[in-house]
Amino acid sequence: MEYFLQQLINGLTLGAIYGLIAIGYTMVYGIIGMINFAHGEIYMIGAFISFIAFLVLGAIGVTWVPLALAIVLVVAMLFTSVYGWTVERLAYRPLRGSFRLAPLISAIGMSIFLQNYVQLLQGARVKPLQPIVTGGFVIMEGGGFSVYLSYLQIIIIVVTTVLMAMFWAILSRTSFGRAQRACQQDRTMAGLVGVNVDRTISLTFVAGAALAAVAGLMVTLHYGVIDFFIGFLAGLKAFTAAVLGGIGSLPGAMLGGVLIGLIEAFWSAYFDVEYKDVAAFGILILVLVFKPTGLLGRPEIEKV
Amino acid sequence: MLTVRGVHTFYGNIEALRGVDLDVAAGEIVSLIGANGAGKSTLLMTICGNPRAARGTISFEGEDITHEETYRIVRRGIAQAPEGRRIFPHMTVIENLQLGALVAPEEHFEDDLRRVFELFPRLRERQTQRGGTLSGGEQQMLAIGRALMSRPRLLLLDEPSLGLAPLVVRQIYDVVREINEQQHVTIFLVEQNAFNALRLAHRGYVMVTGRITMTGTGRELLTNREVRAAYLEGGQPTVRVGG
Ligand SMILES: Nc1ncnc2c1ncn2[C@@H]1O[C@H](COP(=O)(O)OP(=O)(O)OP(=O)(O)O)[C@@H](O)[C@H]1O
Ligand SMILES: [Mg+2]
Repeated sequence: MEYFLQQLINGLTLGAIYGLIAIGYTMVYGIIGMINFAHGEIYMIGAFISFIAFLVLGAIGVTWVPLALAIVLVVAMLFTSVYGWTVERLAYRPLRGSFRLAPLISAIGMSIFLQNYVQLLQGARVKPLQPIVTGGFVIMEGGGFSVYLSYLQIIIIVVTTVLMAMFWAILSRTSFGRAQRACQQDRTMAGLVGVNVDRTISLTFVAGAALAAVAGLMVTLHYGVIDFFIGFLAGLKAFTAAVLGGIGSLPGAMLGGVLIGLIEAFWSAYFDVEYKDVAAFGILILVLVFKPTGLLGRPEIEKV
Repeated sequence: MLTVRGVHTFYGNIEALRGVDLDVAAGEIVSLIGANGAGKSTLLMTICGNPRAARGTISFEGEDITHEETYRIVRRGIAQAPEGRRIFPHMTVIENLQLGALVAPEEHFEDDLRRVFELFPRLRERQTQRGGTLSGGEQQMLAIGRALMSRPRLLLLDEPSLGLAPLVVRQIYDVVREINEQQHVTIFLVEQNAFNALRLAHRGYVMVTGRITMTGTGRELLTNREVRAAYLEGGQPTVRVGG
């Protein structure tokens, strides 16, 4: 029981991070019908920006942890957004309206470019960061096992939940959110009611990148090490989460992220760790066999 | 108000518009009739900049809008209830109307909403229903209501009577006349149903394979032998509109 609870906590933490990245995949897919394969790299860049921001803050003597966290959060979201925006402008917008595979190839190119760019600027070695948020407490003890909840896990789950709730509220309640959904459902008609479609697409990339940046920050704090290659696997997992939940669906991305996190945590705990990724992808395939649109997805609307 | 001069529009190699000239004056109801594939819908969409005219000019209230972004054209006061209605299917009736009001000043929203509900009481009853689940007639009402929410000065209507029961057609045409007379909205209407469209219109145009071939007052076209032969099929109207 205690062991189970511990895995639940670990899985939720991991799942929150996957969910944040998955939102970027799902939103972009929803609006332009393509998989942004460079999104994993955007998350990696978010992690690097967080890392650098911590170093800078440390150097200038900002040591009060809550303040440092808040500053890094804002800085990472801002700068990573710029990357997300630029990727769309350079790699995708010029190809809009060309054949379907073109932006996909461009996305893969962008992904490789961003990896090499960070590798050149930051070096290929793993970057360690000294622990910033430490401590936690034991919430339950029994059978020689204690269930431990770290402050960092609390921060990750709370920040993620708040951001997701905010994002959901923006999409469902605000004028921008309506315009965004209108573009998802019928881009031509969205233009006809006066939505600036290009700007809405740009903002979708910006929002996805900002959320990925938060995931990058959380991972930097959680693992304390980053390198230029972390975007690949995390991106793949988050993409899996998005498809599992139903690509194009916002709640689907969140649910998918949490599920993938839980599957990974429990598989590692009870079965062979080596196969935890296989387990996640295996479940994805199973779900797609029985529900091709994913758990919360709806049948595809043809994008023209 | 709207001036179209020598407009050509292509879909790839297909030339859908082959030099269209046409005028709509402020306050008018102008109807455009023509067979399937003549290019009527293409003209309405070209006016809104999607697809864009390859040649020729389109101006609205004296300003050239040929190369303007669609959303800017809409913000100038041109609204369209397009072919196929294009209701946002996963949004509620209210959300569809809110999107229509996107380019209108926010303080008018409540008043405008009330006016649309007065014109189409059916929409009031179905406020929270998702657009995709409305009936065809309700969707058409919503499409027109959504266009009106932007407070347009020029309203483009693409086959508003398509697939609707005669009674609903009549209702929609009454509303079109009402918004023209009472709210002074200029109307440019595309129809297959030539009889109704020409009865309603001050003036009309006939389009054949991407060109305007005939123009005149609604009455002139209605009584024209060629028009009758081609578009009125013996002149047996199914619905009488208005008084
Ligand atoms: N998206 C498109 N791609 C290619 N060709 C198109 C496209 N839309 C329209 N066309 C072609 O352009 C021509 C004009 O079409 P349009 O829809 O404007 O006709 P229409 O007069 O509105 O016909 P209808 O009365 O049937 O609605 C047709 O030959 C049509 O096949
Ligand atoms: Mg048409």
